[in-house]
Parts: sequence; C-alpha cells; structure tokens
Amino acid sequence: MSAPLTTPVELPLAARRAPPRTFWGRALRHRSFVLGGALTFLVVASALLSLVWTPWSPYEIDIASKLRPPSAAHWLGTDSFGRDIVSLLLAGARSTIMVGVIAVSIGLSFGVTLGLIASARRGWTEEIIMRFSDFTFAFPAVLSAIMLAAVVGPGMVTSIVAIGIFQIPTLTRLTRGSANAIWAREFVLAARAAGKGAFRITIEHVLPNILSILIVQVTIQFALAILAEAALSYLGLGTQPPQPSWGRMLNDAQTLLFQSPMLAVYPGAAIAVAVLGLNLLGDGLRDLLDPRLARER
Amino acid sequence: MSVFVLRRLVTLLATLVGASLVIFLVLDALPGNAAQMLMGADASPDAVRALTVKLGLDQPLAVRYLQWIKGLLVGDLGNSYVYGTPVASLIAERLALTVPLAIMAMTVTVTLALSAGIYTAANHNKLGDVGVMSLTQIGIALPNFWFAILLVLLFAVRLQWLSAGGFAGWEDGVWLGVKSLLLPAVSLAVVQAAILARVTRSAVLEVLREDFVRTARAKGLGKREVLWSHVLRNAMIPVMTVMGLQFANLLAGTIVIENVFYLPGLGRLIFQSIANRDLIVVRNCVMLLATMVVIVNFVVDVLYAFIDPRIKVHDL
Repeated sequence: MSAPLTTPVELPLAARRAPPRTFWGRALRHRSFVLGGALTFLVVASALLSLVWTPWSPYEIDIASKLRPPSAAHWLGTDSFGRDIVSLLLAGARSTIMVGVIAVSIGLSFGVTLGLIASARRGWTEEIIMRFSDFTFAFPAVLSAIMLAAVVGPGMVTSIVAIGIFQIPTLTRLTRGSANAIWAREFVLAARAAGKGAFRITIEHVLPNILSILIVQVTIQFALAILAEAALSYLGLGTQPPQPSWGRMLNDAQTLLFQSPMLAVYPGAAIAVAVLGLNLLGDGLRDLLDPRLARER
Repeated sequence: MSVFVLRRLVTLLATLVGASLVIFLVLDALPGNAAQMLMGADASPDAVRALTVKLGLDQPLAVRYLQWIKGLLVGDLGNSYVYGTPVASLIAERLALTVPLAIMAMTVTVTLALSAGIYTAANHNKLGDVGVMSLTQIGIALPNFWFAILLVLLFAVRLQWLSAGGFAGWEDGVWLGVKSLLLPAVSLAVVQAAILARVTRSAVLEVLREDFVRTARAKGLGKREVLWSHVLRNAMIPVMTVMGLQFANLLAGTIVIENVFYLPGLGRLIFQSIANRDLIVVRNCVMLLATMVVIVNFVVDVLYAFIDPRIKVHDL
C-alpha cells in the first residue's frame, strides 16, 4: 500500500504544475470567475453597443409589422408595436446598467461612509448609525418605490432612489463589521502609537484592507439592484416608456401570452443572465481576492 | 434574558414610531395638498377647499399625525378618499388573500430548501450535490415575477391545468382558493428556496465538522441518526435568521406577484390606491407592511437568543 520513501512519488498532473502566482493567472483558471465574467461582459457590451448601434431603432413603432416571428430582418421577431426585439433587449441592458450603477453608487457612498464612521467613533455614534440602518431594513425597495411613486410619480429617478436607499443598510453593516476587525489589528495600534488620527487611519489602513470585501459585495449588490429595477419597471414604477427596459417588456408581453409566448421569455432570460453573471463573478472574486473568505464548496 | 427582550422591545417600538413618522412625512407633507391631487389640476379652488376641509386636511400636520396614530392604536384607520369606506375593512378584506399566500409560499420555501440543503450536505461533492447547487445558482438569478410568467406559460397556456390568474375566493371551498394561489406561492417560493437551500447546506456542513459529530459516530450511531438528531438542531440558527429576513422579502414579493396573477390582495390594493391618488390607503398599507417586517425581525432576534443560550445579552 505505502510506497517506499526512497522512490519518488508520482504526483498527479495538476499538482506538478506550479500554481500561477499572478491574479489574472489564477483568475483565468477559476471556473465561476470566467463564466461570470463572460456573462457580465456580454451584458455590459450589449449596453455599450446599443449606444452606437442597434439593428433597428428601439423607439421606432411600425404597427404594420407587429408580432412578427423571428426572421432574417428581425432576429427575434417584433413586439406588439412592431419594434425589433433584439434592439429593445440591447437598449434595455443600458437602462438596467444605468439604474444599477447609480443606485449602487448611492448605496456605496452612504453605506461605506456611515460604516467607517461607526467603526472609527464607536460609542453613541455607532449605536445611532446601526439603529438607523436597522430602521432602513423595514423598507424594502418596493415599499420605498411605492411611497415615492405615490408622491412624485413613477420613473427612473424613483426607482434609482428607492433601490439606492435599500442598498445602504447592508453596506453599512458589512463595512462596520469588517472595519471593526481591522481596528483591532496590531498595525492599527502601531499607527495610533505613531500619532495618526482616526481619519488618517481610516483612509490609509482600514479602507484599503476592507476593499476586497467591498468589491465582492458590490457585485452581489449590483445583481440585487438589477432584480429590483426589473421588478419596479415591470410594475410600472420604474423606467417609463418609450425608454426600453426589460421589466417593462415583460409587462407588455404578459398580455400577449397566448399569442406570442416567446416575447415573455427573452427579457426574463436577459435579466437572469445578467444576475447570474454578477453572482458568479462575485463568487469568483471572493475566492480570488481573499482565500480565507472562500465558502464551503 | 428578560432584559434582552425588553431592550429589543424598546427598539421595536422606537423603530415603529420612526417608520410612522417617515411614512407620514413622505406621503402627507411633501405633496402639498392631497385634495388637489385627488381632484386634478383643473379643479375649481372652491371645490378643492371644500374637499380639504371635508377630509380634515386643513388641520396642522402634527394634529393630523397624532390623529392617525390614535386611530392606528384603536384600529380606526379613517375612510378611503375614493371609496368612502373604512380603510381598515378594505385592508382586512385583502389580507384574506395575502396572508394565506405568504404562509403557503413560506411553507413551500422551507420544505424545498430544507430537503435540498440536507440532501446536498449529506452528499457533499457528489454528483447530486453539484447538480442541485447549480440549480440553486440559477434559481437565485431568476426574477420571481418572470418565473411566475413561465409557470403561467406552462401550466395555464400549454397544459391548461390551472387558470392564468384571478382568485376563486374561499366561499366555494378551501381547495378552490388554494388552487388559485398555487402558482403564485410556488413562484414566490422557488427563488427564496434557492437561497435558503444554500444557507442550509453550508450550515449543516459546518456542524458536520464539529467534534461532537465525530464522537456520536464513534459511539456507533449511524450517519443518518447523527444527521437528524444531532446536526440539524445545531444547524438551524443561521437557517432561521435567513428565514426571518426572507419573510420580509416575501411580503414585498407578494406585491409584485399579486400583480402578475391579478390577485385582489394587499399589493393590488396599494397599486389601485396609487393610481387613484388614495393616499390614506397607501399610507396605512405601507405602515402595515413595514410593521410586519419589523415584528418578524424582532421575533427572529428573540428566538435566536432562546435557541442558542450562548448568545449573551450584550452581544446583540
């Protein structure tokens, strides 16, 4: 059973190859990172492409050629207004990404700042900030959007603000939790002994050390924002026509389920691809940026 | 323990007061005049003034807020601006649909998630585990309202087993009501179950690595016995926390799903009220939902401490 110690043990092929040292070297071997990255790239590229080119105009209404099946001219057919589905999907990616980026930026700027302050000041400041973040949990994105829509009317801004607010408490908690762990480390103690103030320590030591955790969380938050945006524009609270959006397309398609069922399949699949891509990318980044955080697989 | 519960209770009350203030300020102070919104921009100023007085909107803000809170405490939520009927009975009518829907969805979620989570943990890294985990990864990415539409496509359009929407009511037998809530409940549950299954799996795997599990195996207990009688109980804490958080999501989700299936629940009521500018209904519905979210989180926190006595009062 056991080989004599003098003879060299035959290592499996994978173990003999030295593991790549650089980030990209490891990244390109990581299955969910590569798949997630590819899907995310696909969505971002579609959004960028739609800025300069779509097969047809996503705004062009042509009732004469409504509900066409897929053809050489319209690859996925047309909707009930005769608009080209491919063009709508490409332009919809743009709305989704725009809402997502702005909403997550709102969440990040408020959430990270509040979390860092809570962790640097402790005491009452921390208590108040954390109670405030608990409080915000009582308002899921749909609820805030409903209130805003009732007052200022539905629209892209309504959904951006509602989703942004909903991002804040998660990011506050995460930032404060991971920053507290850094504050307890010896190098922070050394920095304090060297006379650095709380602000400089936060910027120079705490923030760089929690950056990888934040990057991972941002991909997850982005995915959540896309789901929320889709739901809000499906309900008519978010992006308004004629601005194309995937949620809105699903709403339109739902009334035509018996005539053109495929119209309800494409936009939903687009949302699922975007969210799946970001989730996989987040999983991959988690493993790559901080192996200690790698989850059980 | 009682100190801990008391402290949480005070936080709960403070949160509710804060929530009511935010809701009141956003919905009643910002828009200027609800009467104007109700009657439209080209209504005559006299008519608007008359309606303002009739609705009691000429009172100072603080008075109106306190009136609302007093009403909330005794269950009198005022009358709908549009229908003129009491808001409390409007809401109660709709809850007869939304509450059973939420309970059905949660039951399906827990059943699916626990069986998938335990199965995958017990078969760690085997084919079944990898397969189910890939499915949950896809499940998490699905928007629940799209999944709902796909279910309608399959079961209502293609197979024609169930209707595409609407609610049969509870009068003609419980089964008819349950049947019309079946697709909505499943579509709410699948996405949540995907998340909960992953949490269950990693919680069970974590506990499986504990020393007491090895001891139990060493004294001769079978794998299955250890899993059911030792591991599960200990793995339940993270699972329950996530379940509590999911219940809040579920309430928000019902608003969306009710619109997919044209169900006359709380979600539809909110939407009709927004369209009708019936702000008093919107205000009370949002307050009700926020209250449910806060109370569920409170119950989870307290249960958490009861299940795991190691959690010290000052830790939370």
